[in-house]
Amino acid sequence: MIEDQFQRDPKPLKIANRTFKSRLFVGTGKFSSTKSMRDAIELSCTEMVTVALRRIDLTKPMEEEDIIASLDLTKIQLLPNTSGARDAEEAVRLARIAREMGGGNWIKLEVTPDPYYLLPDGKETLKATEILVKEGFVVLPYIQADPILAKQLQEAGAATVMPLGSPIGSNQGIRTKESIKIIIEQAEVPVVIDAGLGLPSHVAEAFEMGADAVLVNTAIAISVHSGYSAFSFALATLAGREAYLNGIYGNTNARTLELSYESNTWKKASASSPLTGFLDEENR
Amino acid sequence: MQEKEFSHYIQNYPFKEVQQRIYYLNEEKNHTQKTIERIIEKTYQDEHIRWDEFLYLLTKPALDYIEELAQIAQRITRKRFGKTVLLYAPLYLSNECKSICTYCGFRYDNPIKRKTLTVEEAIQEAMILHSQGIRHILLLTGEDYRNTPISYIGEVAEKLQRHFSSIGIEIYPLKQNEYEYLRTKGVDSLTIYQETYDPERYREVHLQGVKRRMEFRLNCPDRAGKAGLRRIGIGALLGLSDPQTEVAMVGLHAQYLQKRYWKTQITVSLPRLRPAENIKNVPLISDSLYALFFIALRIFLPDVSLILSTRESPRFRDNMIPICITQISAGSKTEPGGYSGYDTTEQFHISDTRSVADIVNMLKQKDLDPVFTDWVYVMK
Ligand code: SF4
Repeated sequence: MIEDQFQRDPKPLKIANRTFKSRLFVGTGKFSSTKSMRDAIELSCTEMVTVALRRIDLTKPMEEEDIIASLDLTKIQLLPNTSGARDAEEAVRLARIAREMGGGNWIKLEVTPDPYYLLPDGKETLKATEILVKEGFVVLPYIQADPILAKQLQEAGAATVMPLGSPIGSNQGIRTKESIKIIIEQAEVPVVIDAGLGLPSHVAEAFEMGADAVLVNTAIAISVHSGYSAFSFALATLAGREAYLNGIYGNTNARTLELSYESNTWKKASASSPLTGFLDEENR
Repeated sequence: MQEKEFSHYIQNYPFKEVQQRIYYLNEEKNHTQKTIERIIEKTYQDEHIRWDEFLYLLTKPALDYIEELAQIAQRITRKRFGKTVLLYAPLYLSNECKSICTYCGFRYDNPIKRKTLTVEEAIQEAMILHSQGIRHILLLTGEDYRNTPISYIGEVAEKLQRHFSSIGIEIYPLKQNEYEYLRTKGVDSLTIYQETYDPERYREVHLQGVKRRMEFRLNCPDRAGKAGLRRIGIGALLGLSDPQTEVAMVGLHAQYLQKRYWKTQITVSLPRLRPAENIKNVPLISDSLYALFFIALRIFLPDVSLILSTRESPRFRDNMIPICITQISAGSKTEPGGYSGYDTTEQFHISDTRSVADIVNMLKQKDLDPVFTDWVYVMK
């Protein structure tokens, strides 16, 4: 039923050549068991699942991996990620091996030299993107909420940009709001908010702001019942997206707030001298 | 990489369909006004508005909210541009033209006195502007690839670049490598108006010349953007087709360019067609609707520089500038050699004939800061 709701979206998400009904992407790390992961994936209705390459044995064909064998790859886009890579070279190497082992040509590019907060290195990410795009990869880079970097990645051929809301696993929600707003405003590729989304309300907020998709992992994986948790995130995805599509809701306090904030010179001044008074005397 | 150009992008927004949408919004007053109120709320929360919301602001029902919208536009303008207004002046290098556009005095079949300035004459003209304080100069020609070749434009630009901090061109459309070439000669800005985004009307008013190729013109700003020009100006000549739809398309185009060529400043102008001979079906655009267009553009695209030309009356300009205009021409002449007093034919008749000094005074009286140069040559 919830799948039908996803189908209502008049402008389905398109990344590279693939169309997605669901705008919720799910990660596979940190689950207590393959079963709880599978529940989560099913109830989230996701069509894109990211898998950490460093967690799987890259010497044998990928489909033999437990995690991957449990995914229905006719419905789900597999998105291997390069987490753990410390520079462009390592990330590129991982991506190439993943492709050789049957992981496809989609790659979530993560270059995180810092092992504590796992914050992305923009310069190396850009370098790796340039290389991988030339080699035919569909590259989805994980980045700081940096509008200029987002633009540069786009020019380098990235298929999306994935700015972080707050550090990975921190569940702090969108702490980079102002920068993400700029990225969304300027982007020509889908903007996926990645990392830090800990509650369904964070996800709803991301979509209300105009994000094209979100990626949630930790919050689902570590909850008591991953399946229900995933379901609540799917609902939040729908709610937030629906709100965005229907425009803003009547926040009737907004104007009064604005006025009392800056006891507002421009408003006062112009109230006594209207700006458009001169238009009354049409003299053409 | 995003390789497709605007002519491709615009296919999702057929002119006739956008026009119908606006027609509907004009008629459905209640619905339109309710939405406009929500859009206004949104701007109070510093939210950006989308293109489909922008359409509402261009409609007749929006005129009831024009004062409130003007105040919003003014607030946005102050936030993004401060109190500055950039001054520039056009320099007509030639009125020779091989094209026939039904709305223009330079058209090939018009028996007027033709003149192309020599490089020396052009410098002389430019230095008159220079002495008035002008540092941003715009070089204009008709569409005559032979009499005013790029090498000539390049030579003029090269000689001027020591004296002017910005050199723009408003000439026939070029290829990307030609823009790159002119950039090496000191040209940093391009102005190219689409005139009309309505393909049917476009065919009707462009009878002869390269200008007939609508797509080539439509993608011109893309080519200039790829060539790395610092400023690109677009616009429509309002009056050729349905003005509300034209502005909707200009907004779409500007937004597209801003996103794609993100290091380039986009400017927009909306010259109003002035009554002239042989121009039929000119829709009359009231001052209110015309003002609304600028106000709506400012709200939709806070960072786009809006230009109001000297075709408009001093009174209209003086009142509009404080609301949302950030760039104006001053002391303009639209005939080659006009500043030196040669007797040639002007392209169109200007309405605001005040001198640069007059304009500066007017701006100061309005507590605005006239700016003559906003970047230095080394930044090109
Ligand atoms: S508008 Fe330009 S191309 Fe057309 S006739 Fe005038 S100068 Fe020539």
